[in-house]
Amino acid sequence: MTKAIIKFEHVAKKYGKNEIISDLNFEINQGEFVTVLGSSGSGKTTTLKMINGLEKPTKGKITINGNDLNDTNLVDLCRHIGYVVQSIGLFPHMTIAQNIAVTPNLLNWDKEKINKTVDDMLNQVGLDPKEYSGRYPAQLSGGQQQRVGVARALSTNPPIMLFDEPFSALDAIIRQDVQQEVKELHQNLSDKTFFFVTHDINEALFLGDRVMIMNKGKIEQFDTPEKLVAQPATDYVAQLLGTVRQNRALWEQFK
Amino acid sequence: MLAQIIRYFQTSSAEYWGYVGQHLFLSLTSLIIAMLIAFPLGYLGSRNNAVAAFCQTFSQLLRIIPSLALLFILIPIMGAGVIPALIALVVLALPPLVVNTILGFNEVSPVLKEVGLSLGMDQRQLLKQISLPLALPYILNGVKLALVEIISSATLATYIGAGGLGTLIFTGLGLYKMQYVVIGAVSVALLSLLSMFLMDWVIRKVREDDQSNY
Repeated sequence: MTKAIIKFEHVAKKYGKNEIISDLNFEINQGEFVTVLGSSGSGKTTTLKMINGLEKPTKGKITINGNDLNDTNLVDLCRHIGYVVQSIGLFPHMTIAQNIAVTPNLLNWDKEKINKTVDDMLNQVGLDPKEYSGRYPAQLSGGQQQRVGVARALSTNPPIMLFDEPFSALDAIIRQDVQQEVKELHQNLSDKTFFFVTHDINEALFLGDRVMIMNKGKIEQFDTPEKLVAQPATDYVAQLLGTVRQNRALWEQFK
Repeated sequence: MLAQIIRYFQTSSAEYWGYVGQHLFLSLTSLIIAMLIAFPLGYLGSRNNAVAAFCQTFSQLLRIIPSLALLFILIPIMGAGVIPALIALVVLALPPLVVNTILGFNEVSPVLKEVGLSLGMDQRQLLKQISLPLALPYILNGVKLALVEIISSATLATYIGAGGLGTLIFTGLGLYKMQYVVIGAVSVALLSLLSMFLMDWVIRKVREDDQSNY
């Protein structure tokens, strides 16, 4: 029995007269890995930020886990939604352990539980707690920092994880590693819902159970990768998928 | 000259330390008052453009007015003594404090603030755990500038009867006893230097603590 954990109904967002998002409708089930693909300005990041209340819709209704977002205390909501951003956003004045413990501390967990959580989370993302807990973000590589970012987002065991182009600053090889890791992470935590925004079509197709393709504030198509490839709903989707084919053609050409 | 200076310290060292004490009291009191005004104002300024614009204009106006003029302007209004001297010093210390506080808070990356919010912080927690620690080196730099400004300007406070090391300088000038002038001037310079080194050390300490390389 699947349950809609994130639900958007007729959601619109305007900045002044600029309509960023118009009439957005979708449902995401618990445990799904959804990737959102779009160019900059497509409204994908705004959509993500509306889920954890960093942006408010101008119109429409957003329901998270059955609760209308308008009636939910946003601070509480944030504590139960993990959030990983592109620039990683680790606090430079805190150690790795302190970074991961931010939300547990806000929730007043006892020390022992916090320490155990920090160790567990670091293990989960493949970093040795003994070696890394006491370090500062600046002493870690980009890929390691991003892993800590994921560990921090996981610290309160949130049912929903939001990723805002988390890997776009990493170089290609490391990027592929962490993509694989995130995919495995989701397989290990299969009751968690991942909402992953990216502008990289390969990443979107590789990671997503379903891929939401956005363009100019609207959903062009929201389907499984197989369906997208078999039946692109619009010219835009077809063009996007065309780029994957071109990449392959390039590969064949040089082989 | 040197002999005269040594004799002064032999006969009147209590008087000398009295002046130093007055000087430090004036400086530190006005610094603390100025900080109490400047920090909230600077924080508001970092969140509100109108406040920031007002503070910046006000600061620039103050820079044009010489410290001495400011001290004298207060005499007809406030009379002479410690209070008007304190007010004048506070006013002089405000610009570097406010401007650097605004700068410090503005330097905190918006992404970090957003991440703080998304991790469930409210505005107060965000200020305490993220914005303030990251703005601290800038704010302390403002404190340093203000302190140096205050210590040198406090010399002039003698003119409106607030005492301090300026008394030595102006007495010396009046009686044409250069040893007094030298003792006063060198002491003020040393105090300024010492406070600068002290603040630099504190700032370095803070920066080391957060290891932030940016």
